[in-house]
This record gives sequence, structure tokens and C-alpha cells, in this order.
Amino acid sequence: MSLPLLVEIGTEEIPDWMIPGALESLHLLFEKTAIPHETVRLDATPRRLVLRADGLVERQADTEERVLGPAKSAPAPAVAGFARKQGVRPEDLGIESTPKGDYYCFLKKVAGRRTKDLLSEQLPGMILQIYFPKSMYWTGKGGPRFIRPIRWLVALLGDEVVPFELASVRSGAHTAGHRRLGTRKILVTVADYEQRLRDNYVILSAEERRNKISRELAAVRIKKDPALLETLVYITEYPTPITGSFDPQFLDLPEEVLVTVMRHHQKYFSVEASDGKLAPQFVAVMNIDADPEGFVRSGNERVLRARFNDARFFWETDQKKKLADRKQDLAHVTFQAKLGSYLEKTERTMKLVKELGGNAQAVRAAELAKCDLTTELVKEFTELQGVVGGLYARVQGEPELVWQAIYDHYKPESMEDSIPRNLTGQIVALADKLDTLQGCFQAGLIPTGSRDPFALRRAAQGVVKILVEGHLETPLLNFAGADPQLKSFFEERVKFYFKDIRGYKYDEVNAAMAAGWSNLVDLEARLARIQALRASADFEPLAASFKRIRNILEQAQFAGGGSIDTTLLEPGPEQSLYEEYRRIAGQPIENVISRLRPKVDLFFDKILVNAPDPRVRQNRLTLLSTILQEFSTIADFSEIVTNF
Amino acid sequence: MQSFQEIVFKLKQHWAAQGCIVQEPYDVEVGAGTMCPETFLRVLGPQPYRVAYVQPSRRPADGRYGDNPNRLFKHSQLQVILKPSPDDVIEQYLGSLEAIGIDLRKHDIKFEEDNWEAPTLGAWGVGWQVMLDGLEITQFTYFQQCGGIDLELVPAELTYGLERIAAFLQVRDSVYDIEWVKGFTYRDVRYRDELQYSVYNFEMADIPTLWRLFELHEGEAARLLKLYDPKSPEKHRFPLLPAYDQVLKCSNLFNTLDSRGAISVTERVGVIQRVRKIAVGVAQAWVDQQQPVSAEVAR
Repeated sequence: MSLPLLVEIGTEEIPDWMIPGALESLHLLFEKTAIPHETVRLDATPRRLVLRADGLVERQADTEERVLGPAKSAPAPAVAGFARKQGVRPEDLGIESTPKGDYYCFLKKVAGRRTKDLLSEQLPGMILQIYFPKSMYWTGKGGPRFIRPIRWLVALLGDEVVPFELASVRSGAHTAGHRRLGTRKILVTVADYEQRLRDNYVILSAEERRNKISRELAAVRIKKDPALLETLVYITEYPTPITGSFDPQFLDLPEEVLVTVMRHHQKYFSVEASDGKLAPQFVAVMNIDADPEGFVRSGNERVLRARFNDARFFWETDQKKKLADRKQDLAHVTFQAKLGSYLEKTERTMKLVKELGGNAQAVRAAELAKCDLTTELVKEFTELQGVVGGLYARVQGEPELVWQAIYDHYKPESMEDSIPRNLTGQIVALADKLDTLQGCFQAGLIPTGSRDPFALRRAAQGVVKILVEGHLETPLLNFAGADPQLKSFFEERVKFYFKDIRGYKYDEVNAAMAAGWSNLVDLEARLARIQALRASADFEPLAASFKRIRNILEQAQFAGGGSIDTTLLEPGPEQSLYEEYRRIAGQPIENVISRLRPKVDLFFDKILVNAPDPRVRQNRLTLLSTILQEFSTIADFSEIVTNF
Repeated sequence: MQSFQEIVFKLKQHWAAQGCIVQEPYDVEVGAGTMCPETFLRVLGPQPYRVAYVQPSRRPADGRYGDNPNRLFKHSQLQVILKPSPDDVIEQYLGSLEAIGIDLRKHDIKFEEDNWEAPTLGAWGVGWQVMLDGLEITQFTYFQQCGGIDLELVPAELTYGLERIAAFLQVRDSVYDIEWVKGFTYRDVRYRDELQYSVYNFEMADIPTLWRLFELHEGEAARLLKLYDPKSPEKHRFPLLPAYDQVLKCSNLFNTLDSRGAISVTERVGVIQRVRKIAVGVAQAWVDQQQPVSAEVAR
């Protein structure tokens, strides 16, 4: 008989951003239990993680276990003893041949266990193993850890409760409804579970909650914000959007500030007018079904008004002291304990900007870039650092390139984010990030595994993205090559960028980087050439030959140097390879690959490099090495993985 | 309309009915209700405890000369400690909102992740900020560590921002317009505090004097901690509570110096460490003091 399984872990509110990962983890853990089943479905709300599976059997299949007894040559009493122990007569025993000889054996039938018993044993451990980035204990020191206290557990296999206890909570058949709209204790069956929840104002499916929000929002022109939508989906059990408004006079404040207040602080969608500008409205998503008396709307409107008033107050207060006059105050703002203040960082960054070839405007932007850290607005809305500095610089009459550079200098904040919009900003952003990287590596603050508290990976990734997409031929290794650890850190980032972001094959990236990677614009151009070359039928065979050449040179411990002695060349394939090389040397490999490849192939077909005469051998090695070098300027083709 | 003080009375009554001792504010200046011995020391060790008190909390850097409608140098926290946290702690909390007239069927309540950490106290916990119609009204924390010590019983700490709640219930856009009691606004009662402490903290506090005071209080705490003897049969008499007052003094002086812009980058980390050291020292001694001296050790 096929049975359905329902497991619901009822908790206090789980942080929204951890929920999808927790479900994934729960799924993997369930698969690891090796309890056969057909389908699995995972769902969650902030207060419950739910696993439902179908097609479980009541009892696991019976198995046979082979028990080896004494050797065939053993005396009869030993054989009788073994048989007695297995509960059979000696004549029921079989003989098993092993490499060590023949032995008595017995095929023991092991009855399959009840699935319910297996689940009882395994579910508690499985639940406690669900991965959360930060967990807590609540029953007392040494007690179980979970993301938040577990308050109820539903575990049903068919009609029966799978009994177990976890953190003093006994599993059962009772779930809980919405905190305020539903019933506290609801008896459920596997079949009616989802409907019973719905009756109690819990929409179990995230997709359904997402659709409910989107559907009820269809009439309002909100600024699209998928990340915010996900947050709201996982912060509610019964989401209902409402639209509120604010005084249009706040639209005098920069849009960036208004949107940040709405999005980050209040989790509201902002609304666009038909001309694409910000409208004096917002959408909040409640965790209840309706707001008939408008209490929730007016409450949210008041909170937003207070927030906007704060922002206006900060905006006006900050204007009293110009950015330039705030520079010395940076002495009191810690950049990093070992690396001193933001004033020191500013001085270093200005110097780096000059070394990167930045002009006076770039230096000015670097000088002002961190000054907004002392403003009230940034203290309140830290995520607006940079942006606020740019806005103040604009109001305070700094040239366009300068204020834009300040505004953009934290960019790109992710791989999806754009790079600073102009060269001045790109140079300031580079200098800022390179200074952080140089400083942290010098101070030994190097990321390990998943620990990267200073977001150095993001900084390095940003440097790579700016150099490539800004087409800056700045030699990266002049700034990151002196420290071997920083160099290899960047090497990884460059590889990651071209492979995972740009989609080049890993061996193409390895090959191109082996011919140098300090100038990333050049590297990108070479990668594009390799990618194009790869389409040619001659490419992989030639790459295989190059690998062969490299191996031969390595085995012979060929030191390089020397020149080809034409008198030692054997007429035929060797002579002909040499002549071909002379004809095509200096030309791009794309133009000559079809001519080079057959000559190389023929050479390897007919010629023994390891000639008995050491002078001939040496000459052949020199010939191969010369050809390899000539055509390895865009890439080390021996890194290409081939089928040859 | 409920006055500010009625709201406070009702919350206290609610928690008294849940078995809390209702305490008066602590009489040494603190930055948050958490720092009072009723929380910081009581959460340590194996004894259950339930307490509620209003604590005026000083944040020198948050002072705005009484100009900002929502920001205060000294605001009032209602601090509730339930140790260990009961299974229905959230229901008890929601009950307190109903006690002050919030109809939960008509309002939107959300629990949004917000973990708490106090480096100077070696304390941290996980929890939420509780949002009522978009307004943060309470910090809800399950303590995990205090004074660098893993807690034996996990307490729930609830910290209500009383001014915000009152402004919400009375529909006021400025905390200064809250009716404290009929005939008196919050401004009447508290405006002078806000103005004068802002002037002192930002403009007039004498930095060398504050540093000297800091060192004196730190020295006194360290002197006492050195004298604490875990083997003494008389250890229960030892003045750890007064030693802890010295820690609180240091913490407040640190905050004042900080708002005055007097702590340089290089000093800052070091000063936090110094406060933490004596805070942790008191916490460890306190845990030890709760345990009787064993006969063997006493000999």
C-alpha cells in the first residue's frame, strides 16, 4: 500500500531570506534517509517548514543477509554450534566458496522495518540538521539548536502519527493557523492539511502568495522589485497589499532617498507616475486579509511621514557643513582597526588615483568620496553611502564628473550591477577597492572559505569588471602583483569573471591567462580570438601537438636559448616544418593555423625528436621550442583540453 | 485617549499578571534597559526570574537639542525579562498589546529578523523587531550569551519603545506632543533634559575630565575584581553589584566621549575592550558567587 507523508515543523518567525535555503537543505536530508518515495513537495511560510511526500510503503522490503560460519573442514560440533545459533539444523546450512576456502553459510532473512518506525528514528535528527546560517538554543544550555524555537510538529504517515519528540515538543496531528486570524490548534489529515490551513488564513504555497500579491497589485504602477517581492512572500502567511500615499512636497527630496526609505526601511514598493517619475504613493503588504477601517494604511502613512521628515531634517542639517569641510572629521571614523581611519584611507586612495592616471577631477572625487560617512543621512541610511555624497557634491557645485564619480564609486556592488558611468568614477572606484584589498592583505585579513567579512571578493570582482568593461588597459599586476597571495586571489577572480560571467570555457581561460593577464582588455581580446579559433578544425589537433611539444621539452629539461642550426635539419618533414615556420612567423595564428598544423603533424609522424646524435636532438628541441614560443603569445595552447 | 503614564501602568500590570516582579528604574545612568543589573546579572546562572521595569535610557549621540520629533537623548524603555522564556512567550507579548488597546484583528503585526549584540557587554542574542503597521515598537531577543558566558536558561527579553508606542496610540507626529497626563505634554516634562544634555554632550563636556572619570571608575572596578576570592567562605558578601555600577559609569562616559568626538580611531577599539573586560569580569565573578563554596575548597 502506498502512503503519503506530511511533516510540518512549526516555529516562531524564521528570517525570510533563510527559508528557501532551509527547504533545499530539508529536501536533501530527506533524500539521504533512503526511505523510498515517489514525489516530494516542500513549502514554507515564516512559521512552518513543510515536507510532503507520496508513495511511501508501509514496510520496507525484506532483505537477505549472508552469515558466514566455520570452515568446511571444521569439526562437527563447531558446525552444529553455528547452526544452533542461527536457529536451523546443520543440514540447512549452505557452503560458500571464498578466496580463503569453503565455509558454511546461512542465508538469513531480515524482515523489512516499518516505515513509521524508521521515520520516528530519523525525523528528529533530520530536522535538527537543517542548515541555517545562524541558529539558537532555547530549552537551556546544551539543548537542541534551530533557527527559532520549535513550537509544534506535525508528522503523519497516512492516517497515523509518526511519534517522536524534539525539544520537548511531541509530534502529532495538530497544526496552527495564522497568529491572529486563525485557530491555535487545528486537527489535520494529510488530505485536508492545506485546505485547513487556508481556512485559517495561511496560504502554504509561496507561489500562491506571490501571485496573490501580484494580482492584487495589478492596477498600481509599482517599481518592479523582485527581491522585495520575495522578502514579502516569506514574511507573510496571508499577504494583502494596500496602497497609501504621502505628501507630494516630499518629492523635493532626492528620489534615491525616498526609495531607500520605502524599500529598505519599510519594505514598501514605490509607485511610478505615468511619466516614470516617483508618485507620492507606496504599496505595503500586510500579513492580514483586509484593512476595512484603514488603520493599517494610516499607520503606515504616519510612519513613512516621520521617516521622510527625518530624512528631510538630515538633508537640511547636512547642508550646513560642506563635504570638503568634513574631510578632517574622517579621522574619527574607523575604516578598519588595523588600517586606521577613513582619513588615512582617503589619503592613500588619492595617491592611488594619481598612480592609476587619474586627473585632478578624479583626485578631487577621491578626496570627497568618503566625506558623506559623517553626514546624518548616511548614518541613518548606510546603504546610501556614496550616493548621498554624490548628491551633496552636486548641490555644493562640484563639477559633474566629480559628483558622478563620488555617487558611483561603490559600484559595481554585485556582478549584475553596472560599473561607474564615467572614467573618473571608474578610476576612483578602482583606487578605493584596490586600497582596501592591498591594506587587508597586508594586515593578514584574507578571506577564507565562506568567511569574507570585508567583502574582499566583491571588491576584487568589481576591479576586474571595471577594468574589462571600462576598457582600461591599466596593468593590474602593478597594483596587485607584489603580494603573492593578493595576486593569486585576483587570478581566481579573473578566472571566475571570464568563465562564470562571460561564459568562456575554463581551458580557454587557463590558456589565455598562461600567456599573461595583467592587462585585462588584452586578455579579453585574446580570449575572443581563442574562442573563434576553436571553431577551426585545425585548432584542437594543433593544441594537442603543442601540449606534446611542451611535454617533450619538459622531459628533456630543455633550458631554452640557442638558435636553430639549419645544417642539422633533416630534409623532409623537419626541413619542411622549419621552412613553413620561417614563412609564417610574425603573422597572426588565425591566418596560418591551417598551414602550420599539417607540418607539425607530419613532423611528429616521421621524426624522432630523441635522435641518437645529441646535436641533432638539441637542434630539434630548439626548433620545437621556437615554434611553441612564436605561437604562444595569445595563449598557452597546451592548456587546451582536447580529445587527441 | 490613554495618557503616556496610563499606557505604562497597563503594560506593567499586564506583566505583573504574568508573574513578573515590577521593578523601579535602576539609579545609575545606562544606555539601555539591558545594562541594568536586573537584566545583565539576573540572566546569568540557573535561577528562573521574571521582571519588568521602565528604564530611562541615555544615548548621548542621539540627542537633537529637542528639535527632532522622533529622536531623543533619553528615551524610556519598558524592559521585560522572562527567564526561562515560556513556550507561549509571543502570545503573552501580543496580549500586552491588547492590554493597551491595540485590536490585533485590525492591525498588521510582523516579526522581522533583528539580532542584537552589545560588544561592551560580551552579550548577544537572536530575535526580531516587532513591527506594528510599519512602526518598530518592540525588540524581542532570545539571549544566548552575556558577559561572554553561554546562558544556562535562555531568557526572552522584550524592550518596548514607550514614546513611539504612545505617539502611535495618541496619533502624534512628534513625541513632544504626547500627552503625558492631562494638562502636561512630553515637551513639558522632558524638553529641558533634551536641550541641556545635547548642549553638554556635544559642546561643553570637558574631555580631560571625562577621561579622568573613566579611568577612576575603571580602576575601582578592576581593584574590586582583583579582591574577589572564589574560595572565600564570605564571598557572598563581596560587593559585585557596586563593582558593576563602575562598569555602567564607564559605559556612559564612553558614550559621552564618543558623542563629543573625543575618541580617536586607534583608541576606540581599545576602550571598548577595556569596558568589556571589566563587564566580563563582573559577570564571571557573579556566576561564581551564586554557587556555594564547596567544603573541600573552603578548607
